[in-house]
Amino acid sequence: MDFDLMFTSFPKLLGATVVTLKLLSASLFFGLIIGLLFAILRLNKNILINKFAYGYSYLFRGTPLLVQIFIIYFGLGQIEYLRSTFLWVILKEPYWCAIIAFTLNTGAYTSEILRSAFQTIKPGIIEASKSLGISNKIIFYKIQIPIAIRQSLPAYGNEIILMMKGTSLASTVTLMDLTGVAKYIISTTFKPIEVFIVAGGIYLFMTFIIHNVIKFLEKKYSFNS
Amino acid sequence: MELLAFGKTGWGDELFYATLMTIAVSVTAMFIGFFFALIFTPLKLSKFKSLNLIGNFYTTVIRGVPELLVIYLFFFGGSGAIMYVASIFGYFEYIEINAFITGSVAIGIISGAYSTEVFRGAIQSIDKGQFEASKVLGINKFTQFYKIILPQMLRLAIPNLSNVWQITLKDTSLISVTGLVEIMRQSYIAAGSTRDPLFFYCFAAILYLMLTYISMKIINRLEIKYSRGY
Repeated sequence: MDFDLMFTSFPKLLGATVVTLKLLSASLFFGLIIGLLFAILRLNKNILINKFAYGYSYLFRGTPLLVQIFIIYFGLGQIEYLRSTFLWVILKEPYWCAIIAFTLNTGAYTSEILRSAFQTIKPGIIEASKSLGISNKIIFYKIQIPIAIRQSLPAYGNEIILMMKGTSLASTVTLMDLTGVAKYIISTTFKPIEVFIVAGGIYLFMTFIIHNVIKFLEKKYSFNS
Repeated sequence: MELLAFGKTGWGDELFYATLMTIAVSVTAMFIGFFFALIFTPLKLSKFKSLNLIGNFYTTVIRGVPELLVIYLFFFGGSGAIMYVASIFGYFEYIEINAFITGSVAIGIISGAYSTEVFRGAIQSIDKGQFEASKVLGINKFTQFYKIILPQMLRLAIPNLSNVWQITLKDTSLISVTGLVEIMRQSYIAAGSTRDPLFFYCFAAILYLMLTYISMKIINRLEIKYSRGY
């Protein structure tokens, strides 16, 4: 055990954690918006819209995240037309490519989580509010969405942890996130176990915090209290 | 389309063999995962606190740390660890482990953590009466597990194991960083030499979609087969 290396690499890895957290928060924020949008599309009665939303989630849940990042980072740059538009400013940065890929990926999973949450709402609740003369819009925003958020909290907590682990793939497109820096230190010092303990410890700490925050929210929004 | 031709002119046959490699790694990893799950599930369900701790440590660490980091640990640390063990027995030559073995063991350990959780959940949802009844009949613990609990557990576990299989299949794309030529690595090589990354990565995505689609169909059949009588 090389404790010196563990001590010297800790601040470096902690600095890289900031990149990981930035990637995570940005992709979760945009992913939640996209997920909600596609969950609503999935509940639409129009078959075309429904199939489109299903196709999106199937495509992104059926392929590895690594393929998605590579298509966006290496693949899209190949299209000549894209290079001439303003989109190229975003797409030439690995940082934004990673965020786009993560957003689309987590959006697909989130849409499935939210859809199943909407579908488990008892029809009686909606019928009751309709018979009270509440308009459809208010039923959706004030009744369906709060219940759906409560229903989907445990599954969404898992998705946050999966996404946190997913951000490690940013290191494959030259970004120096926690995994990227860990790999760099391993390949220069050839001491994989020490670095793994430190980097893995940081990841576990983040998992621990996310897990407990979700647990707290679940308790806060539970029906009994 | 000529890019996908078989033979020397295209990448069709290379990608075909790469797909077989992906399937081989996933299946091997899944079985290694079952092996780990069979060891750690009893530990997690054990009455002893210390054994519980070992089981929980395994599943928590593996499920809380990114797959890529675990793969780097095995890739950079694998041959070092084997050489250390060999040096104890007096063997000091350089040992290089095959990328296939490193990759499937790394993915297998990850998949094992998920399988452990699935098995634990399935065992816990079996009616307590089954355990009690078999105890009353004087069946020993070993027979009880293999003849009574396991068959009932499998039926409950199959839907969740299909999720584990999907995760394992998608995780194999990560071992391309170790240089094992599976779908992702082959697409990377092809994209590099033809300068057509968009086409090859999209094709890789289609291959993965095909694999997940076919395995879903097979698993659905298994599910129907094992839920007969319910």
